[in-house]
Amino acid sequence: MSAQDAPPIGEARTTEMSGVSTDTSEGLASYRVLHITGRVLLYSVLAIVGLTMLLPLLWMISTSLKEPGEVLLLPPKWISVPLQWGNYPKLFDVLPFDLFLFNSIRIAVFATVGSLLSCSMAAFAFARMRFPGRNVIFAIILATMMIPFHVTLIPLFKLYRDIGWLGTHLPLTVPFFFGTAFGIFLMRQFYLTIPQELVEAARIDGCNFIQIYYRIFLPLSKPALATLGIFTFLGSWNNLMGPLIFLTKVETMTITLGLTLLTNQAGGRWELIQAGAVISILPIIVMFFIGQEHFIQGIARTGIKG
Amino acid sequence: MSAVTTPARGRFRDFLGSNRGREAIEAYILILPTIIGLIVFTASPVLASLYYSFTRWNLLSTPKWQGFDNYIELLTEDPLFWITIKNTGFYVLGTVPTGTVLALLLAIALNQKIRFVAVFRTIYFLPVVSSVVAISVLWLWLYQSDFGLVNELLRALGFRGVRWLSSVTWAMPAIIIMSIWHGLGYNIVIFIAGLQGIPQDYYEAATVDGANSWHKFINITIPLLSPVTFFVLTLSVINSFQVFAQAYVMTRGGPVNATKTIVYYLFQQGFENFHMGYASALAYVLFVIIVSLTLFQFWFQKRWVHYEL
Repeated sequence: MSAQDAPPIGEARTTEMSGVSTDTSEGLASYRVLHITGRVLLYSVLAIVGLTMLLPLLWMISTSLKEPGEVLLLPPKWISVPLQWGNYPKLFDVLPFDLFLFNSIRIAVFATVGSLLSCSMAAFAFARMRFPGRNVIFAIILATMMIPFHVTLIPLFKLYRDIGWLGTHLPLTVPFFFGTAFGIFLMRQFYLTIPQELVEAARIDGCNFIQIYYRIFLPLSKPALATLGIFTFLGSWNNLMGPLIFLTKVETMTITLGLTLLTNQAGGRWELIQAGAVISILPIIVMFFIGQEHFIQGIARTGIKG
Repeated sequence: MSAVTTPARGRFRDFLGSNRGREAIEAYILILPTIIGLIVFTASPVLASLYYSFTRWNLLSTPKWQGFDNYIELLTEDPLFWITIKNTGFYVLGTVPTGTVLALLLAIALNQKIRFVAVFRTIYFLPVVSSVVAISVLWLWLYQSDFGLVNELLRALGFRGVRWLSSVTWAMPAIIIMSIWHGLGYNIVIFIAGLQGIPQDYYEAATVDGANSWHKFINITIPLLSPVTFFVLTLSVINSFQVFAQAYVMTRGGPVNATKTIVYYLFQQGFENFHMGYASALAYVLFVIIVSLTLFQFWFQKRWVHYEL
């Protein structure tokens, strides 16, 4: 750790000792040049990649604030004067975007609540309790992660049609109350890190395991719950295939599905289409800025322990 | 103990009465929803679609058993099936290796002692949280032949523009470029976490031994990062074989089937033509491909993944 905090001059000396040059002062100078060149190169690459990531998104916003005539100007104009905020209300005249937003929020909230409950329960059992068949069942659950959603799609479509769920939000919410492999895996990883002494102390106090789960583990696992919640919400919000197959009426559609509809109906009206795209990702971007650490840590956690 | 008459039952009752038994009962209560979900939403549909794949069925009639006909038609008579396999393979080979290498290099760059790490990381991550649909709608506009920003940039650099999404040659590369752009941040974050998990001692020891940066990268970073690389590769392959939304939003599988992927074809056969049996067979082919590739990766990892030096 101390070597990491050493000033650049220290680093230079270490390199010197590894025998690049025998003349100390000259070697130090050439190392400095190399070091600075390296830094400049590094920042340039990072900045170019950053621009590549950012510019398309800025272009989306820029286009959404233009007059129809300005959209096709060459060379392209980045900032329209005055900004055409009116494109956004116009969107709601073309398609019921207010309903789309409401539907997306409703579905995502239910899916998130469902998966937090069911996954944390199961994960606690798999992480901290002993019961016959535990390892086999857990292995089966992990293996289901390999199954493409599309393999289950047609039978599920038939099931939902037979029980009258087609066209409702139920196919996109109810299954989350019955656990997801990813969520159980994520929560279990977290529960494994909670000290066993807590469980034993609670056992001595006369708690049963279900009490230990909701009185101790659930409150302690807020960071992991936040991660799983964000992932489930995001997955639900961004899902295309599910809504496309299960939602038949326009007024039940999610914003992600609604956006594909807008692309067809507003053909060529790029300012409206991009405004729709902005509205569809804005809630998620806001959520990302609020819960950024949970996003990043969550991904890192699943990646490393996987 | 009624061990004399029914030993098994008696032992079971003893088990239920014991601490271990009560623990097991509570555990089963906690995993009950998951077990029900596993049966209703996963296991039964997986088996049902295996059955449907051997039938002719249009959703209205009852499924009619016809043996291996769907699979024979798929593999020997349907040129579109092989086109979708080729397109999906092209997409996977186009996105996974490039995406992984780029993410690794950028993760290493971000893991240096530099300023604004958080800013860069946030910017790189923005596309990841956006939906593929919104991103596809955006790039549909960026790739537009006459007024799109991509061609405008190419012309500014002295190249000629390309009719990206309406060209048989360029439509799939266009989708590949966009998808790499979309997924890069996700893999970067995983790689950074992996890099930070490598003990600093290894590098210090190597410095003492006179190793330069390149040697350290090849002999320490690459091997110790290999479990993470394995994770990224496996996940990317599974995900990219299921590519759908890009083709649905941007090209509807066109032009002339150039971007028709396996899942897109499945969607068309099942939910546009209502050939449910045929679509189920397609789903199973996809399933087999993904499982075999994943198992292959798990087998092959023994040769290149190091869990310690």
